[in-house]
Amino acid sequence: MAVTILIPTALRVFAGVQAEVTVEGDTAGRAIEAFADKFPDIRQHLFDENNALRSFVNVYIGEKNIKTVNGLDTPVRDGDALMLVPAIAGGTGAI
Amino acid sequence: MSVIPRKRLVELSAQEISRYSRHLLLPEVSIEGQKRLKAAKVLIVGVGGLGSPLALYLAAAGVGTIGLVDYDVVEESNLQRQIIHGTKDVGRPKTASARDCIRGLNPNVDVIAHNTNLTSQNALDILHNYDVVVDGTDNYQTRYLVNDACVLLQIPNVYGSIFQFEGQATVFNAENGPCYRCLYPAPPPPGLVPSCAEGGVVGVLPGIVGCIQACETIKLIVGGGAGLSGRLLLFDAWRMKFRELKLEKDPECPICGEHPTIEELIDYEQFCGLRQDEEPVDNITAVDLKKRLDQGDELQLIDVREMHERAVFSFEGAKPIPFGQIAQRTAELNPSVEAVFICKVGKRSAHAIRVLREAGYTGKMLNLQDGTNAWARDVDTSLPQY
Repeated sequence: MAVTILIPTALRVFAGVQAEVTVEGDTAGRAIEAFADKFPDIRQHLFDENNALRSFVNVYIGEKNIKTVNGLDTPVRDGDALMLVPAIAGGTGAI
Repeated sequence: MSVIPRKRLVELSAQEISRYSRHLLLPEVSIEGQKRLKAAKVLIVGVGGLGSPLALYLAAAGVGTIGLVDYDVVEESNLQRQIIHGTKDVGRPKTASARDCIRGLNPNVDVIAHNTNLTSQNALDILHNYDVVVDGTDNYQTRYLVNDACVLLQIPNVYGSIFQFEGQATVFNAENGPCYRCLYPAPPPPGLVPSCAEGGVVGVLPGIVGCIQACETIKLIVGGGAGLSGRLLLFDAWRMKFRELKLEKDPECPICGEHPTIEELIDYEQFCGLRQDEEPVDNITAVDLKKRLDQGDELQLIDVREMHERAVFSFEGAKPIPFGQIAQRTAELNPSVEAVFICKVGKRSAHAIRVLREAGYTGKMLNLQDGTNAWARDVDTSLPQY
């Protein structure tokens, strides 16, 4: 099942400066996993040590946050777009 | 429903009626809405990119009392987007510069300058005097502090944040809606996400997002309209695209959920991981690096800056491997030769060293302390600091 990952600017440098990437997967979790396999530098920004989605990253399918559906087990359909929505703060932060 | 109760409405003078006539012609605002604006007290946290248009539009709209919280002074690099400050204000406290500008625009506004950092100790005292709080901060610890204080005091929190070309806006803690913790239960660890200082921001972006926040603030005061509570507005200035996402209250939220565990303000620096020592890296100063290069030491210089930063100036003799590709391109490094990692201020380069260590790279690695800015300051002053 081909799914498009929509990548916000804050994370693009870790994904070959691309705004969208198409991956295979039948759940939100598997699609994001495939995305992180493709771009190893992004993995630490999406998953914590226990392979759970980091709490400063939300994933939306359409208007819906997967947290309010079935988390990483939320099924995806062919042609769905998964949007990553990380926390942004602006300014002169940590790095 | 307005956040200003009817009993607080104050009369408008004849001069004010003519000044705000374009509001009074709108049935949605009318004289009653304008009286509510005059009675309203709005606190703007952060008088930077977001705070500038916010303060200007709220002052122009006739908000009676505007509080400003900021501890910074105006720097030259702020002026590209922080339009409330001018060239003559460089070096002045931002609250003083903004207060002068607001008074020039609308002398009817009572400006209260809080020239301080917002902390767990002073936040409730400062915030409780206001009807609406607008979050124009630039860091996670203040965002969580503002959120929690607003939830505890039951004040709506008009949120905006920006990065490069993208912005987010919503209204938290209004109409029994979600709060910031419902959306992001915890912040990124320091070092994971780049800031505007290294990531950059297009100057008009905070202008647009700040104006959205100003509009939401005016609607909360006037009452009516469809507010952003429960909706997260995403804006991409480069593609000129708005998107709207659903934002739901999290029943498990530790502060606004059904069984709150946070009942007072906490230590936000600790919560945001700022007290944890990051794994140390070996540093080399710009002057020492110059010495070692001059004496012909064998070193591999790795420039982890982005291509557009190298266009400002390229670091002679350095191999470019952008920060975001380090893990993928480890094989391009030679572990038998000492490597020096270079970025703009020495933070991405330090993080790159940690990433390589974790990936099992065994070669000796040094971090150019304070980055190319130190090189431009201490070694080659013909180069710019940016």
